[in-house]
Amino acid sequence: MTLATHVDRIIDARGMPCPGPLMALIGAIRESVVGDVVEVLSTDEGSKTDIPAWVRKARHELVEVTPEDGFARFVVKKAR
Amino acid sequence: MDRQDDVLSLVLFSGTDDKLNAAAVLTVGAAAMARKVNVFLQYWALDAFRADRVLKDHGVAPEAGEWGHELVQRHATQHWSELFRQAKEIGEVGLHACSLSMEMFGITKDDLDPLVDDVEGVAAFIAAADGPVTFI
Repeated sequence: MTLATHVDRIIDARGMPCPGPLMALIGAIRESVVGDVVEVLSTDEGSKTDIPAWVRKARHELVEVTPEDGFARFVVKKAR
Repeated sequence: MDRQDDVLSLVLFSGTDDKLNAAAVLTVGAAAMARKVNVFLQYWALDAFRADRVLKDHGVAPEAGEWGHELVQRHATQHWSELFRQAKEIGEVGLHACSLSMEMFGITKDDLDPLVDDVEGVAAFIAAADGPVTFI
């Protein structure tokens, strides 16, 4: 049913400690327009809780969280 | 429904890099979650915010020891001043210098890093706190 999500921007935040990946995501979302999709790669364990919490609070859309080998992939859509 | 709109009130007393970094991480996290943050700078924390001292090595808390100092230096990626700058960029974050500490050091607002918004008395800080105060 799902097509591969179109991603407008990829941020490789691997190696950045908390709260680096979240800050990078916030910066990218601020620079984006509504509807844009941003993907963040993070090795920070904190991102697993922080990114979903921020996306909820900021009322954007968490399209996908995929665990990869040694990092996680977060796909976020700017909703407003 | 929650306390998300409450102010996070931090009093920074210690001027070591580990404590300032921990406070900066809290601040940036709160700002990201749309909490207003009020920071009151006293004593050694205020000293660390002097324009000509911000980027100097401020050491670590005594409990860290030599091992801890090396660990913090090795792990540090973003300086605490940079985290405070980011927090101000994304949220409503005020950094206030304690007027008593300013007087003790014999300094004025011009001696401080531009991250510091103003000089404030303790009553004004408490009045804006509107809830618990965290002392670091």
